Amino acid sequence: MPSDRSANVQHAIIRTTNVVKTFQLGSHTLEVLKGISLNIAADRHVSIMGPSGSGKSTLFNMIGGLDKPTSGKVFINEVDIAQLDAYELAWLRCRKIGYIFQTFNLIPVMTALENVTLPMIFAGTGNDEAVERGMILLKTVGLADRFNHKPSELSGGQQQRVAVARALANGPSIILADEPTGNLDLTTGEEIINLLKRMSEERKVTIISATHDFKMLNVSDEVIWIRDGLIDKIEQRDELRISVGTIE
Amino acid sequence: MERLVALPFGKSVEIAYQSIRVRFFRSLITTLSLVLAVAFLCYVQAGNRIAETILQTGSEAGFRALLQAGYDVQPGDAAIGESAKQRWLVILSLMVCVVGIVNAQLMAVTERFREIGIMKCLGALDSFILRLFLLEALMQGFIGAAAGALLGAVFAVASSAVQFGALVFTALPLGGITMTILTATATGCLLSLLGVVFPAVKAARMAPVEAMRVEE
Repeated sequence: MPSDRSANVQHAIIRTTNVVKTFQLGSHTLEVLKGISLNIAADRHVSIMGPSGSGKSTLFNMIGGLDKPTSGKVFINEVDIAQLDAYELAWLRCRKIGYIFQTFNLIPVMTALENVTLPMIFAGTGNDEAVERGMILLKTVGLADRFNHKPSELSGGQQQRVAVARALANGPSIILADEPTGNLDLTTGEEIINLLKRMSEERKVTIISATHDFKMLNVSDEVIWIRDGLIDKIEQRDELRISVGTIE
Repeated sequence: MERLVALPFGKSVEIAYQSIRVRFFRSLITTLSLVLAVAFLCYVQAGNRIAETILQTGSEAGFRALLQAGYDVQPGDAAIGESAKQRWLVILSLMVCVVGIVNAQLMAVTERFREIGIMKCLGALDSFILRLFLLEALMQGFIGAAAGALLGAVFAVASSAVQFGALVFTALPLGGITMTILTATATGCLLSLLGVVFPAVKAARMAPVEAMRVEE
């Protein structure tokens, strides 16, 4: 079973070639990513692990088309995102990628339902259909009864569940989760991880999460370890069990 | 062509309206300077219109009342323009008002960087953000300016009534005052838009990550 799930056989939904990102801090140039090449196959759950400051969030932003690399290329579905204009990039963010953030990032002035339906409106869905699909999504994440609440009236875990529903709004092929459990306690974090796992199985979505939460390892098909702006090692699910086993 | 994101106009209006309602107090303060400036503009213009109408009735009593009230009129005059001093005061108050709006809107935009970043992550184009801010400013501008214009007109009529007594009510230029209210309201809307353009463009051009990086 694991052999036919190897990255080489499957279609790479995300591919980066020698991605370098530098930031200019005054006269000092900081090289955050020093040449990252990776393939992420479709329908897998991939975790990008690494200590803070390792460049994992920067890599995450590149993969999500939120930031452009200084050099190197990022391909989403074999399309070089540097070649996309503002409209195509917006379309990509709207239809193909769902984002989940550490700080939930719901729009504070909107209700849970409005937060979930906003990407659908951007995608051109009519209001009635958006509300209907939004309610179904909220029901899926178990928050149907709180649809009319503002983010400030929801707990952290509930906000993150709304964010998961929002990420799924337009049926994306990729979900990018940046430290999805970073601001949650142990149990709530686990709930979100399980929710993500369930969604990836039910909806055939590729989930990529940047994290340093070890709970995430149990549900990942593949873990990419980043250290000092370089790929340290890539472990598959079966290898992972052993190394986690040795830690414990 | 099919790869387009969209924000229908009706929905933009809804979102803009909601933002104002949720931040009612802040919107109120932003609008207040506009209310006052437009009220002043309308007060001066409507006051002049009333005085002019009294002049045009040609009555001796009216002429004396005008002189007494400090209007610089000669026998045979048919019109009363704004005095240079009035004009400067009005222009100055409108300028102060625009600067106030720019200031308030810059603050409002800074406060909403994160929200803007989120919208961009969800696929919003620069033009969506710009449109939302312009619509908000237009709504605030219209309500503020209309309120200010009415306020100014009411004060103009009231103060003329005190100055000229019953004369005012025999010759109240209702059509003229309505025109003044309308132009003052339009001016107010324009000023509100003028004040929001720079902050809104600044907000719309931000890259999503930059916008998100801002801590609340």
